[in-house]
Formats: sequence, C-alpha cells, structure tokens
Amino acid sequence: MEYVLIVISAIFVNNIVLSQFLGICPFLGVSKKISTGIGMTGAVTFVMVIATIVTFFIQKAVLEPFGVEYLQTITFILVIASLVQLVEIILKKVSPPLYQALGVFLPLITTNCAILGVAILALGLEDTNIVKSVVFAISHAIGFGLALITFAGIREQLDLMDIPKGMKGTPIALVVAGLLALAFMGFAGIV
Amino acid sequence: MNQLNNFTKGFFKENAVFTLLLGMCPTLGVTSSAFNGLGMGLATTFVLVMSNLVVALIKDFIPDKVRIPSFIVVIATFVTIVEMTMQAYVPALFESLGLFIPLIVVNCLVLGRAEAFASKNNLISSIIDGSGMGLGFAMALTILGAIREILGSGKMFGATIFPEHYGMLVFVLAPGAFIALGYLIAFINHVKKEA
Repeated sequence: MEYVLIVISAIFVNNIVLSQFLGICPFLGVSKKISTGIGMTGAVTFVMVIATIVTFFIQKAVLEPFGVEYLQTITFILVIASLVQLVEIILKKVSPPLYQALGVFLPLITTNCAILGVAILALGLEDTNIVKSVVFAISHAIGFGLALITFAGIREQLDLMDIPKGMKGTPIALVVAGLLALAFMGFAGIV
Repeated sequence: MNQLNNFTKGFFKENAVFTLLLGMCPTLGVTSSAFNGLGMGLATTFVLVMSNLVVALIKDFIPDKVRIPSFIVVIATFVTIVEMTMQAYVPALFESLGLFIPLIVVNCLVLGRAEAFASKNNLISSIIDGSGMGLGFAMALTILGAIREILGSGKMFGATIFPEHYGMLVFVLAPGAFIALGYLIAFINHVKKEA
C-alpha cells in the first residue's frame, strides 16, 4: 500500500515537472515532437534509476559513516556526471540500437536538475531503503515522461493554430504548460 | 565603455531568463514571493561571480578534456559554501528555497557562463560578466516573484497592498508560475520589437 501511494503521488499529485519544477529545461527544450519526447523519457528513466541507486549507497556507506553529509552536493554531481559518461560508453559497446535511440539525449542529462533533485529527495523519504528509493525514482521518471509526452502532443497541434505574434514560441508554450499544471492540480488530495 | 556594455548586457539584451531561457527551474520554482526570488537571485549571483573568478584564474592550467568536470567541481564548492552560510544566517529563507539551493549547481546559467565566457576572457571581464548576468537573473526572479505575490496574495515584499482574499490563489501555486512567466516573456518580446 505504501508503494502504491508513492507511485500515485509521484506521477500525478507531485508531478516532478508540473508541480515541483524540476527538469524544466528538457521539458521546454525537447518537447517539439512526440518521438523526441519518448527518447528523452527513456534516457531520463535509465539514468535516474541508476543515479538514485548509486547515490543511495554513497550516502549510506561513505557520507554518513564519516559524518561529511555537507559534501553531498559536490559528490553527487560528480558521480552523476561520470555516471552519464559511463552509461554512454557502455551503451555504445553493448547495445548500439539503444545507443542510437538515446545517444543524443545522454549528454544533456548531466545538467538536468531532475536527476540530482530526485537523488536528494529519495534520501529524504521516511525510513528510506533501497527498494523504496528505486520505486520512487521509477515513478518520478514516469511522471516526467507523462508530462513531457502530453506536452509534446499539445505542441504538435499548436503549430497549426493561429497565435498572436508576440505569443509565438516560448510564451505560448509556457501558458500551455501552466494550463497543463492546472489540470494536474485536479489530482491534489487523492493521496 | 566596453566593460559597461559587458555589465549591462545581462539585464536586458542577454537576460538569462527572458531571452536565453537558462535556469528555468529555480525561476519557476522559488518565485512564489518577491523576497524568495531576490534571495535565490543573489545566491546564484554569488556563485556565478565566484566561479567565473576562479575559472578565469585556473583556465590555463586545466587540460581541455577535463574542463567541464573541473568547472563543475568549482561551482559545487561555492554552492556548498552558499548552502552552509544560508543555513546558518537566514534559516527561514533556507527552508523556503529548500531543494533549489543545492540545485544551483546544475543551473545551466552558471556552467554556461564559465564555459562560454570565463574560460576565454581575463579576470576583470569575467567578474564583470558574472555580476551583470547574476544581477540580471536576480532582477528577473524578483520581478516575476513580485508579480506572482501581488496577484496571488495582494502583498509586495510581505507588505499588504490589498486584502488577501481578493488575490487569485493560482498565481502562488504551480500553474501561475508558468502562466505569469509566459505573459512576461511575451511582453518583453513586444517591447523589444518596438525598441
């Protein structure tokens, strides 16, 4: 039951993009087409889960025993940056088709605040353990994908609309994102 | 004259939020009030100036291949300093900014300036560029925060302008952030075209 609550809360109620404002850059940047949106979601899910697992063990096995929690930011960002490089190299070698699909998105992920954000948030869960953290990371990634792909679908339609000159491009995209966030607010209170 | 240009470009011509669309996460996430926006803006400015300063000093010693990771370490160091200082001296602001303080480290604006400007220019210009860009970012966050605060709760920097129950709550919540920024950018685009 606890896990069900985590999943629903992460996907709908506290959606990472639309209510916590993490990962806005890819949300606005790669949402022009549904297909790129799907690729980005895949890459984010992949890295987010691995990053959460690795940072969890670093926190529990290194930072806490030595009492140096204040080094969290600097350690995590380095670990995530090198992890992204590592994933890129391994994918290239092991699974070229997957690399083809996710490759271009991987370097962008280092500066995606959603990855670092979820890694830090997962450590703040009540009596956190590794399974809970992984469930937490996967459901946030799904939430990210849901928001990104919905938004990309709307933006594809938006190209056909007659929009006032000043609102073209980013402004209308932001207003649409606002309306989408308003719709997601309807989920508030179900958890 | 040139240095003056270098300083002022961050406010209007190359404003991080309104024209370059960098650092959107904190822009939307912490601007529920003008004070939070200002606090976040100044914290980012400090990190930006200090990291530009250090990057400009060490750029000749760093091998080209490892420059991005080195820049990230420099930035993360200053973010940790800001984090600990704020926790000690302004705990209330620290609480309300929360997760977004460690996330300054992944703010594309900071890394972007280190890579695009400080790694190619001398010390003085890098510091000026950092302060101009940072203060421009702080200005954008404060404006957005002020708009959301007054529309949402009828206050400005905590001082009541009109009674709170006339406010539109949605502007303090998440959707209001997107909508307010959308119209603000549209307005700025319009002004730019006229000018």
